[in-house]
Amino acid sequence: MEFETVIGLEVHLQLNTCTKIFCSCRNLFGDQPNTNVCPVCLGLPGSLPVLNRKVLDFGIRVGLALDCEISPLVKFDRKNYFYPDLPKGYQISQFDFPIARKGHISIKSSAGDKRIGITRAHLEEDAGKLIHNDQNRSTLVDYNRTGTPLVEIVSDPDLRTAQEAYDYLTALKLVLSYLSVSECDMEKGSLRCDANVSIRPKGDSKLGTKTELKNMNSFSAVRRAIDYEAKRQEGILLSGGEIVQQTLLWDDARAVTLPMRSKENSHDYRYFPDPDLVPFVLDPAWVIAAREALPELPTQKLSRLVEHYKLNIYDATIIIQDRELADFFEACYLIYPDAKKIANWLNGPLLKELNERKCSLHDLDLLPAVLAALIEKVETAQISNLAGKEALSLYLNKNGSLEEIIRNKGFLQVSDDQQLLTVIDEVLRDNPAAVAEIKSGKTNVTGFLVGQAMKKMQGKANPKKLNELITGRLQNE
Amino acid sequence: MIDNQTVQYIAGLSRLRVQDQDSSRFARDLEVILHYVRQLEELDVKDVPATSHVLNIQNVFRKDEIAPSLTQEQALSFAIEKNSGHYIVPKVIE
Ligand SMILES: [Zn+2]
Repeated sequence: MEFETVIGLEVHLQLNTCTKIFCSCRNLFGDQPNTNVCPVCLGLPGSLPVLNRKVLDFGIRVGLALDCEISPLVKFDRKNYFYPDLPKGYQISQFDFPIARKGHISIKSSAGDKRIGITRAHLEEDAGKLIHNDQNRSTLVDYNRTGTPLVEIVSDPDLRTAQEAYDYLTALKLVLSYLSVSECDMEKGSLRCDANVSIRPKGDSKLGTKTELKNMNSFSAVRRAIDYEAKRQEGILLSGGEIVQQTLLWDDARAVTLPMRSKENSHDYRYFPDPDLVPFVLDPAWVIAAREALPELPTQKLSRLVEHYKLNIYDATIIIQDRELADFFEACYLIYPDAKKIANWLNGPLLKELNERKCSLHDLDLLPAVLAALIEKVETAQISNLAGKEALSLYLNKNGSLEEIIRNKGFLQVSDDQQLLTVIDEVLRDNPAAVAEIKSGKTNVTGFLVGQAMKKMQGKANPKKLNELITGRLQNE
Repeated sequence: MIDNQTVQYIAGLSRLRVQDQDSSRFARDLEVILHYVRQLEELDVKDVPATSHVLNIQNVFRKDEIAPSLTQEQALSFAIEKNSGHYIVPKVIE
């Protein structure tokens, strides 16, 4: 029997507001434990939550970017469960009136573009951080993260393979990264993903029993976990067993999913409206203003780069992976209007420098004017392509201005005819055999002579110019 | 129908310990309460939106501005047990 995998993903995104969602504590990761806490986020009796307006704005922005309908009524509910990371005994979340619903996002699949539905996106608060100590059988609790604003984005069960899940996450992260609402960093926990996985005989429309996978720390771990889980479920069904609905933790080191040892009934959350938070009514004008303030999104940027700058899809696709890089491209173009040349420099040498340094563009002190000037020097053969790349590297390592580096390193190419001809004449005299071969029609030997001349010039000659001059010399003889 | 088992289940969710001899009394009380509320089922409330809040106010916000938090010492002064800036709780396993 052939099976089909059905996957839905839940993505939690930490919002990068200055303060927490319901209190004025600093929203910052990595501070000393329990220093960004107050009576509200510690859930002390008598404290009252008040919504951070910016969180609502960010939620609307995320919803609009995912083509969702924005709910005119936003209310918050209590999701009740007992766990030490949750000091109040409930998490403030949204149950029946999420801020956004019915959106979608497109992914590239082998069969062309595929539209993945977004069921809903809702706002909620993050929980605290637990550190388990095996030695003395205790758990350390840090509540700094408690109350960090989250948007949870729930996809429809539209994904059919682990690869599609991976592609969805990549596409989603790209859109979210354009909105400047989050660091979107899975390693640092600002973007987290759980997967609901079930299988069914191919062609069936009824969904199978699903399991929920947690604890994946990268997009590729999500892909591995789903692949493993689908095979595990298939094995169970083929041997006549039944899938148990449960939460499983992905163990990346052992590459297996393992049941989470948690109390039964943990899913009986008894949602009810939070009486501490009044409802929020979104004026249509508010949503319209938010829509107008949306930045250009990746797919729009891609088509514009292709149409306006005549970039090919491949180059444009690389450039739009980073909004900063795309802005940088356009700034360079204003100074040096050769889109293809700029794209080659950004997607080649510049990305290589960024990868080697493991940093982003704004970490480098690089102005568009500097790169544009460098490209121009290479294109006008003042320096060679190779020297250009080295100059970029040295410049980023703070070895002085571009001009200084080129001068100090002797990168300037000699293009002066008189100077080059003196050397060429020497080379022609020293290599009579090669000269004879060229004259007999073996013009490819010219390259050898260019090489010899270049050697004498210690690599500082303009190779194109050398070639021209040698060819001219031999034709005139 | 609320039975003793349901009472124990609800008590469990709330981390309450209910003695067996009290279960049937609570079951009876809950049943009476539910019966009272169930009268609503006789009314047509199709077009009446659920009340999520009794106060007639909406859109209460604050600006995204940082205000002082508690100090670590203040925060941990409520802790039964603490260590190196953390609250200590009995080990929980996931
Ligand atoms: Zn707080």
